[in-house]
Amino acid sequence: MTSIAKSLGRGAHPRFANGPDPAHASGYDHAPPRVGFFTDTSVCIGCKACEVACKEWNRVPEDGLDFTGMSYDNTAGLSADTWRHVAFIEQRKPLGGQVNGPAAGAWLDRGDAAESTMVDDPHGFRWLMSSDVCKHCTEAACLDVCPTGALFRTEFGTVVVQEDVCNGCGYCVSACPFGVIAQRSGDGRVWKCTLCYDRLGVGEEPACAKACPTDSIQFGALDELRLRAIDRVSELHSLGITDARLYGDDPDDGVGGAGAFFLLLDDAEIYGLPPNPTVTTRDLPHMWKGAATAAVTVGAAICLMFVGRRP
Amino acid sequence: MNETEVTMSGQGTGQGTERRSGQGTGRRHRQPEFRSYYGKPILKEPTWEARDIAGYLFLGGLAGASSVVGAAAELTGRSSLARTAKLGAAGAIGLSGVALVHDLGKPGRFINMLRVFKPTSPMNVGSWLLTAYAPAAATSAFAAITGAVPLLGRAGTSAAAVLGPAVAAYTAVLIADTAVPAWHEGRHEMPFVFVGSAASSAAGWGLLTAPLAETAPMRHLALLAGTAELIGSRIMEKRMGPVGEVYGTGTAGWCMRAATVTTATGVVTAGVFGRKHRAAAVGAGLCLLAGSALTRFGIFHAGVASSRDPKYTVGPQRRSMQSD
Repeated sequence: MTSIAKSLGRGAHPRFANGPDPAHASGYDHAPPRVGFFTDTSVCIGCKACEVACKEWNRVPEDGLDFTGMSYDNTAGLSADTWRHVAFIEQRKPLGGQVNGPAAGAWLDRGDAAESTMVDDPHGFRWLMSSDVCKHCTEAACLDVCPTGALFRTEFGTVVVQEDVCNGCGYCVSACPFGVIAQRSGDGRVWKCTLCYDRLGVGEEPACAKACPTDSIQFGALDELRLRAIDRVSELHSLGITDARLYGDDPDDGVGGAGAFFLLLDDAEIYGLPPNPTVTTRDLPHMWKGAATAAVTVGAAICLMFVGRRP
Repeated sequence: MNETEVTMSGQGTGQGTERRSGQGTGRRHRQPEFRSYYGKPILKEPTWEARDIAGYLFLGGLAGASSVVGAAAELTGRSSLARTAKLGAAGAIGLSGVALVHDLGKPGRFINMLRVFKPTSPMNVGSWLLTAYAPAAATSAFAAITGAVPLLGRAGTSAAAVLGPAVAAYTAVLIADTAVPAWHEGRHEMPFVFVGSAASSAAGWGLLTAPLAETAPMRHLALLAGTAELIGSRIMEKRMGPVGEVYGTGTAGWCMRAATVTTATGVVTAGVFGRKHRAAAVGAGLCLLAGSALTRFGIFHAGVASSRDPKYTVGPQRRSMQSD
C-alpha cells in the first residue's frame, strides 16, 4: 500500500513512488538486486535464436507462419504468443565509417523503375536489427491498472502475470504504452514475457539471453548493465557510429526507466517503440480529483432541478 | 534524420509498406517528424467489445444518474417518476453486470475483481463501487414495486443516490487511465462529458416513463445535461490536439455527429413541446437516451481508432520531447 499511497499523493510529480528499487517498494524486504536486460542492437545479427528459445522454454503457442514483407521480420510484433520479437529495418546509410561495396548499391538498383527512382543515389547500406521484449517498467502501467492483482512485481523487480488469477479483463492491454501485453485468442487471458521467472528462481539467466550468440541480449544486475551500456555507447561514438543511443535507461523517463533497456542506432519509432512513453498512472491522482468534482457536480445539479418545484 | 530509407512508410496509415512510384527525385511530400516501423501500430488496440463496454458506459451512467433522480423525486412527492427512475437504475445496472462479465476473457473468474482493493486500478475501484451500488439500487427498486420493506427500500434509495454519481463518473477515469491517445488526452474533460451524458440519459428515461405532471425537472435536466454533454465533447476533442481528429472520422465520427443531432433534438423537443404533449416527451426521451448512447460509442470507437495508427502515439510524444 505504501507505494500506492505515495503515488496517489504525488500528482504529476516527475519522481515516482517506486524509485529505482520497485521490488523493495512492493514489499520485499530482502529482495535480490534488480535484474533485467540490456539489448545491444549494434551486435544483433537477426538470427532469432531469442524468439525460438523463448517459445521453446515457455511453451508459447505458434502464432502464424506469415510472410509480411517487412524485411526478415515475419513475426510482426510482440503479442500474447510472441514474447521476443526481432525487428529488421533496412536503411540507405552506412553504419559509421563502413564502406559498402558497389555491389550493394547495384543489388538494390535492380528491378523495376519504381525501385530505382526511389534509390537515386546509393549512400551505403545498413541493416538495423533489434530484439524487442517486455520492458518490465519501473512504473508499470499494466501492473497498476490490473484489477485482480494478477500482474505483480517479483522480488527481482520484474513484472509477471499469474495466469491462474487473470480473468482476461484486458485493461492492461490498453494501459501498456509499448503495446507489449496482449490477450491470447481462444484462451482469454493475457500473456507476456516473464523474464523467465522460473529460471531466475534457480539461478539461471533467461532463455533468450542464454541463446543469444552475440551477447546482444545481456542479462544481469540492472546497475551493472547500465554502466556497461554507457561504456558501449561511448565506444560506438568513438568508432564513428554517432547514431548510437540508449533507450529506456533513464530513471527520469515516463516509466521510471525500464528493466529491459536498449542501445538503438536510430529513433525509437523506427523500431516500433514509442519515443516518449509515459505510465498513465502518473496522471491518475488528477483524474480521480476530476471524477470526484464531476460526481459532486452532477449530484448537486440533479437535486437542483427538483428544488422548489412541487408537482 | 534520414529520409531515404528504402522500406519506410511515413504516412502512418497502418497499411504496411507503401510503394510510391513515378517520383522524379525519389522524394515526395512527407512529414519528416513522423516515422514508424512499416506503419505498424505501436499500441495494442483495446480488447473490449463495443457492445459490452460502450454499452456499459451508457448503462452505468444511466443507472447512477437515475438513482439520484429517484431519490430526489421521492423526496419531492413525484412518486411515479421515483418508481420508474429506481426501476430504470436497477435494470440498467443489472444489464451492466451481464455486459461486464460477458466481456471478460474468463467470465467465470469475474469474482477475482474483488481479490484486492487497489486505488491505482479504476476497474478495481469500480468493481467495489458496483458491489455496493447494485444491491442498493436493486433493493430500492424492489421496495418501490412491491411496497414491501419500506425502510430497507429507503436505505437502498439513499445509498444508491450517494453512490450513483460515483458510478457515473468513475468510468471516465477508467478509460482515460490507459495509453489510448484519444482517451488519455481527453482525461481533463472526460468526467464532465460522462456525467453530463449520464444525467442526460436519466432525464431521457424520466421523460419516457413518467407522467407529464412529474417531468418538469427532467425537462430542465435535459437542457442542462444535454448541453453539457455536447459542449463538453466538443471542448474535449478540440483541446486534445491532433488526436482529436479521430472523433470526426470513421465510425466514431458518425456516432458523435448522430449524438449531436439526437441529443439536440431531444433537448429542444422536451423544452418546447414536452410540457403539454406526452408524445413529444416520449420522443424527446428516446432521443436523449439514443444521444447518450451514441456519445459513449463514439468515444469508444475513437479510442480504438487512435490506438491503430502509430502517428497518434509518435506525434504527440515527439512534440512533447521537442518542447522540453
